[in-house]
Amino acid sequence: MKHLLSIEDLGGDGITALLELTDRFVEVSERRIPKVPALLGKTVVSLFYEDSTRTRLSFETAAKRLSADTMNFSVGTSSVNKGESLRDTVETIEAMGVDAIVVRHGSAGVPWQITGWVDCSVINAGDGGHEHPTQALLDSYTIRQHCGSLRGRHIAIVGDIKHSRVARSDLMAFVALGAEVTLVAPQTLLPARLDGWPVKVSHDLDAVLPSADVVYLLRMQRERMNEMLIPSLREYTTCYGMTIERAARLPKNALIMHPGPMNRGVEISAEVAGLSNAVIIDQVKNGVAVRMAVLFLLLGSGYGLVSIPDILSNGEQK
Amino acid sequence: MNRSATLAIRGGAVVDARGSRRADVLIGADGIILDVGQDLDGDRTLDASGCFVGPGLVDLHTHLRQPGKEEAETIESGARGAALGGFTAVVAMPNTDPPMDSASVVRDVIALARDVCCEVFPSAAITVGRRGESLSPMAELVGLGVRMFTDDGTGVQDTRLMRRAFEYASGLAPFAGGASITMAQHCEVTALAEGGHMNEGLWSVKLGIPGQPAESEELMVMRDIALARLTGGRVHFQHLSTAGSVAMVRAAKDAGLRVTAEATPHHFTLTDECCAGYDAVFKVNPPLRTDGDVAAVRAGLADGTIDAIATDHAPHAAHEKELPFDQAPPGMLGLETALALAHGELGLTVERLFALMSWQPAAIAGIGDRHGGPVVAGRIANLCVFDPGVEWVVRGDSMASKSRNTPFEGRAMRGRVRHTIFQGQPVVEDGAAQR
Repeated sequence: MKHLLSIEDLGGDGITALLELTDRFVEVSERRIPKVPALLGKTVVSLFYEDSTRTRLSFETAAKRLSADTMNFSVGTSSVNKGESLRDTVETIEAMGVDAIVVRHGSAGVPWQITGWVDCSVINAGDGGHEHPTQALLDSYTIRQHCGSLRGRHIAIVGDIKHSRVARSDLMAFVALGAEVTLVAPQTLLPARLDGWPVKVSHDLDAVLPSADVVYLLRMQRERMNEMLIPSLREYTTCYGMTIERAARLPKNALIMHPGPMNRGVEISAEVAGLSNAVIIDQVKNGVAVRMAVLFLLLGSGYGLVSIPDILSNGEQK
Repeated sequence: MNRSATLAIRGGAVVDARGSRRADVLIGADGIILDVGQDLDGDRTLDASGCFVGPGLVDLHTHLRQPGKEEAETIESGARGAALGGFTAVVAMPNTDPPMDSASVVRDVIALARDVCCEVFPSAAITVGRRGESLSPMAELVGLGVRMFTDDGTGVQDTRLMRRAFEYASGLAPFAGGASITMAQHCEVTALAEGGHMNEGLWSVKLGIPGQPAESEELMVMRDIALARLTGGRVHFQHLSTAGSVAMVRAAKDAGLRVTAEATPHHFTLTDECCAGYDAVFKVNPPLRTDGDVAAVRAGLADGTIDAIATDHAPHAAHEKELPFDQAPPGMLGLETALALAHGELGLTVERLFALMSWQPAAIAGIGDRHGGPVVAGRIANLCVFDPGVEWVVRGDSMASKSRNTPFEGRAMRGRVRHTIFQGQPVVEDGAAQR
């Protein structure tokens, strides 16, 4: 595999293989010195056209723990502000000799376009309202960690499905791993057409909660009100917000997840975010290990997962 | 070349609104057809064996990009592409920069088009700046020769203003030497389409690209049919793309309203699935629709609901089409592929093919006096010599257009223009432009 663009490209088996590989990087992350030489000599560039703290830091941490060199192209202070085109930017970056470009862009399809212009690996870190495959992998990993398997589990994805790349990638991954998915949202926040999608749709969160093994809350953006998609955030919270009362309707041990950053008091109440079955911090933690697995799979240089202190002590690699 | 010589086009089958028959065409030194008949000889001869010799094609919808975007196309390069595609006249769309909304810009375009490969017939904007707020100086523009008004690229959103445009235009005949004026509409309700970059449907959802629903086009078709009824005005619907639009135009014609319509080759050949690779070459407005819409457009062309095939030739520089899909400008090349696609895809008789691409659009544009045939002695020789058998492959690199944004790159085609005669002069000979 050269690129990671879409969850669809991986399929159920590919996702499972990546999750199994992730176990090994979770172990690496728990070491005293959580760093291995697996990508020594490789260079990974993060090219983020949209503001993001957690995804960019997560990828950079993952690359550093694998001993790759990392570069960060931040659009705000770059030649892009001088009118440079996307193509010129990525060709310039590649000319410096990079092995992977991790790209986030506000427009759907940009990672696909980039693969046509460069020879290095391209990792989709979120393209418009389309896909965010590593988020789906870390979410799947987190569910697997807590529930053992996704097969037969009922997962409710709640909120702004229409604009959410997380929802798309997640539902594809969850379904590929055997889960049943229900999308819960007002009609205006659902995609225009869902024919053929292997999901159920509900407008009634309270009715869905008692059978949910996982409830996945999406970030509700304030702009959506201006687009006349919902009457008010207050009404959204009333109908779809995860309050402590609603959390009580969930089966015992059901997980509450959120991709962050949270709007406390809108889609999730502060109390719910603090519940022991709210695994939002686990998601972030697993994100690093999952991204290590992705980078290792795409760029593996032949160096193994031997720990850095071992190399220092015996001067050779295993 | 010797301008005092006669030119014979020999060995072809002449096609015009009266049918087709085996005949040679002899053109005088003044560019007027001298004779149509058997075994005609001239000082020069062009071979047309195996070909149809029809009146030159007329494109109701061409973006020549000059003034303003000369990097993408000029009047000269666009006209050359038109001639290679068999067109002897194109209606230039007014969404230039500055737009063709004033006498000075229209005069410039006419001047720039003086010696190019085909007639460039300027349309003009309905509203000042194409902003949809106030009427352009229509009488003055009509005085310069404009016969078609459109804000193409956008529709006139304000219903009251559009009503006034229809009403005002109906009184312009005295300024047009008695000719009637056509209001052409790019049907798109902005409020519903805005922010959409492809057809709203299964593919837009799958690709995560915001879509615009078919209804954003259909609502304006519906409105303008109502306004045509209210005002008695004449409306031409540009680039129909949806099954609903075709059905409404059919019903309006049945009701006796003065409506005409065009459709583009890309809307009868391609669907929204083409956007799957995020290549903005397939981004166009109105967007590529579904199989059902393609079938409806084809049915409309077959049964006469749609009067003309128009290219909506819309050149864009390569770097513009390399922008992210939702930022790239809409539009695709069309002039050099339209005839072969219509011939290869629609299964029409040659008479119907030329009706849709020559005399019917000539009549809509108000240039039937010099384009669209008939191919008879005494008419100016604007002719398209089409070889229906030749096979070729589309290559953007070898097109006359300054841009390369053809959605048909690499496609195998059947049928190509051999010669184009404009005002008696061979501007294309054996598939090569002469100017």
